[in-house]
Amino acid sequence: MSNRTKKGLSALDNRTLKKTLTGITGLDEITEGGLPAGRPTLVCGGTGCGKTLLSLEFLVKGATLYNEPGVFMAFEEKAAELTTNVASLGFDLEKLQKSKMIKLDYVHIDRSEVEETGEYDLGGLFIRLGHAIDSIGAKRVVLDTIENIFSGLNNQGILRAEIRRLFQWLKDKKVTTIITGEQGNETLTRHGLEEYVSDCVILLDHRIKNQISTRILRIVKYRGSIHGTNEYPFLIDADGISVLPITSIRLDSKVSSKRVPTGIRALDTMLGGEGFFRGSSILVSGTAGTGKTSLAAYFVNEACNRGERCIFFAFEESPYQIIRNMKSIGIDMEDHVKNGLLHFHASRPYLYGLEMQLVEIHKIIQKVKPTTIVLDPITNLANAGSVSEVKSMLIRLIDFLQGKGVTVMFTALTLSTGTSEQTDEGVSSIVDAWLLLRDIESNGERNRGIYIMKSRGMRHSNQVREFLIRDTGLDLVDVYLGPEGVLFGSARETQQLSEAAVVAVRTNDSSRRNREIGRKQKVLASKIETLQEEFESAKEELSRASTEEELRKDIFEKDRQTISKKRSEANKQVKPGNKR
Amino acid sequence: MEKAIKPEYILRLFVTGATPNSVRAITNIKSICEEHVRGKYLLEIIDLYSHQEMAELQQVVAVPMLVKIRPLPSQKLIGDMSDNKKVLEALGLTV
Repeated sequence: MSNRTKKGLSALDNRTLKKTLTGITGLDEITEGGLPAGRPTLVCGGTGCGKTLLSLEFLVKGATLYNEPGVFMAFEEKAAELTTNVASLGFDLEKLQKSKMIKLDYVHIDRSEVEETGEYDLGGLFIRLGHAIDSIGAKRVVLDTIENIFSGLNNQGILRAEIRRLFQWLKDKKVTTIITGEQGNETLTRHGLEEYVSDCVILLDHRIKNQISTRILRIVKYRGSIHGTNEYPFLIDADGISVLPITSIRLDSKVSSKRVPTGIRALDTMLGGEGFFRGSSILVSGTAGTGKTSLAAYFVNEACNRGERCIFFAFEESPYQIIRNMKSIGIDMEDHVKNGLLHFHASRPYLYGLEMQLVEIHKIIQKVKPTTIVLDPITNLANAGSVSEVKSMLIRLIDFLQGKGVTVMFTALTLSTGTSEQTDEGVSSIVDAWLLLRDIESNGERNRGIYIMKSRGMRHSNQVREFLIRDTGLDLVDVYLGPEGVLFGSARETQQLSEAAVVAVRTNDSSRRNREIGRKQKVLASKIETLQEEFESAKEELSRASTEEELRKDIFEKDRQTISKKRSEANKQVKPGNKR
Repeated sequence: MEKAIKPEYILRLFVTGATPNSVRAITNIKSICEEHVRGKYLLEIIDLYSHQEMAELQQVVAVPMLVKIRPLPSQKLIGDMSDNKKVLEALGLTV
């Protein structure tokens, strides 16, 4: 019984499709592992959609990354032309040919040079291809564009049968093949090659919208495999093709509970004292000149000060302009640029389509690996697409950044409609935190107010603060809240001054009263002293009198005694004589 | 064959082994040559299976392929050479 299940399983294993990695950025993710190994894949699309390049990159990557030699059979471009054309993408075909990793064969068929004189077959092509494959031990083959044979030869019946035989033969050879085909009016390819290639069909498209071109890749069919079914934008640049598997279907990216300071202490205080969450998305919106860029630059500068890598995507100003302007508010970003911590990427948004922009941003992020990025402003992206497109792009960008744990700050320009706080891009609902900078006009001057509209997952202040941009930097101060309402700027300062005056007057009053008390105390004290002195003198007088009395009494007593003594003595003398 | 003299017609036929097309082409071209340019031609038959590199060098795709090297201009013919009229026209042997 268990034996049987085992057998069943291994049979299933054998039946599951083996895949060959293409090495093309993103394509292997969409196809969940590459193209069907040992089988033909049809890549079709209109002129200039990148078929040749994709198939050539498949070979080059195979040769350089996976050590799989490849044969490129060109029915359109000559080998030399091909080599030159792809040299700009960093593919050194000549070197790869010399090292026998790639074999180019240019098949030339011209109807005017050939006369058909009866039955024929494509045996020559088979031998050529077979020879090319065997000579380098190729595992990968590209036929670009085999349909050209139809314009070179007349007998469609023979050609169809022979192409069918060719594909079968390639399968038997167990080479992974890409066959390119020009898109037809109603069909995927002009000559219905899709009938013969039943395993995997990839459609490339090149769309122009608002004069901006976007390249798109879609997997029409992939027999026996799970694959992404969406349209994926792709980019052709100096590194070849990058396809972007953008939408992450699941919302399961890990989140950090670590916090990052904003660089403005007062703002951190408003955000529960610690700043934003790492890896969160922050929107800073406001009307023109409210200090969005300054705030963003501060945020980035703070991250650089902590020694983290950052990217500043500038869609409006050049890096030099930003650096110069930020010097005026006391931050020097130039050092960070020199240290390699801060990367500027400035481009006009209408240079590429939105999707291209996204692919570009992805690429740079993957290269630089920053912790913090700024997009300033996202409003300009709307030039390259509709509002809903911008929103969907930003959602995908936020998804991607969350997955990487990158903190992102968007700035957005709002039009001062007065009532509406909604940003144009409608992204306020998808971001984690939203700061609103606002112009507050009163008494003939404009001041900046800052609100925290939302900040998910943390205690935050609901109070408006006045946002100050000074030579020394950015700061927030409490606005004046009093009986006269909320006051900003000089009104706030005036109010503060007048309050200070009231306080001064009050202090003055009380000190005067204190002085009065002091004086009274002094007067009374002196009075007490006088009385005391009077009392003392009276007391002294009295005591003197009594002393005198005593003295007199004493003296009197003494005198009396003396007199009486004297008298008795006299009596004694007189008695005998009694006459004087 | 008079190999000593420079032949007027130099023809090269590419075939792939002994397929019916190959065999027919060889028979047909031989009989045409014998009939129209007897003694004035050189026919070289190349089996691509034994000379695989020739396929790329000579730009062979469809076989059998006959290349008229001389007289100029050179001309390519494909097929089993059963269309007599076309072969003659291409060789410049219009009757």
